Amino acid sequence: MSGSPISKFLSTDPQDVGCEEAMAVLHVYADLLHDGVDPAQRFPGVAAHLRACGPCEDDLEGILALIKDDSRLLP
Amino acid sequence: MSPEPDVRPPPHRDSAEWIEALRGTGPEHDAAVSRLHALLVRAALAETHRRRDRFGFAGRELEDLAQQVANDTAVAVLRKLDEFRGESRFTTWVYRFVVLEVTSRLGRHLWRRGDVPLDSQDWEVLPDRLGLDPAAVVETVELAEHIRTAVEQDLTEHQRRIFRSLVLARTPVDVLALERDSNRNAIYKTMFDARRTLRLALTRNGFTVGATTGGGGRG
Repeated sequence: MSGSPISKFLSTDPQDVGCEEAMAVLHVYADLLHDGVDPAQRFPGVAAHLRACGPCEDDLEGILALIKDDSRLLP
Repeated sequence: MSPEPDVRPPPHRDSAEWIEALRGTGPEHDAAVSRLHALLVRAALAETHRRRDRFGFAGRELEDLAQQVANDTAVAVLRKLDEFRGESRFTTWVYRFVVLEVTSRLGRHLWRRGDVPLDSQDWEVLPDRLGLDPAAVVETVELAEHIRTAVEQDLTEHQRRIFRSLVLARTPVDVLALERDSNRNAIYKTMFDARRTLRLALTRNGFTVGATTGGGGRG
């Protein structure tokens, strides 16, 4: 069952920083990701959190989508 | 002792220009604020559109929402300008405000609409909710029963309520936070502790579940 949803659900990473800390640096994390730099190197606790928290991961996806659309969004 | 050197990268050139113009005065400042607002409207439209299925409306209503998001975000960005540390592009920092504001409004919208289930006692859905293999009938029933027992015997009343809402009822975490006058972080931490407790309980009962990445099964 390794890698299964139940395994993921029951697995908790002690490095996980929680939503508040993750949300505070989500823009930095998103920029690193966009620039092809592994953000987990600098923010291992945030990476652990994003693997487990769907809503925070969704927020990150939103920021990344906007970065990718930068040239169209900028007036 | 000399102060620790600032190792942060220099601000992006465009970011520096944004900050300088927004901190300035006169026509240059006014033009920068207008440009910021235009950017926020477009970003808010894109983000609300990305989540349109969850809002459950489109068209003019979505455009009005995006406008409100842009207005509120503009005020927040200008008020917090001094908190921009140049660790990201200025525009990415701004996008974070937009996304979090849309998240907040989505939670409030769903909560006010009142049709999101906030609790459930339907334990029949547990195997499906936890992605248990329906083909492995005996193992699935056994594991689901053990999880239910652990929820009832090992979790606190508060953890049980959060488990039932998030897992059985599939209440969005931001809606649950509003309902319980709490926040996403507190709900997540409650569930984090509950998941750890459940894993320990299952291990005690002979199931093996990895601490960070392992699977689960009868040991």
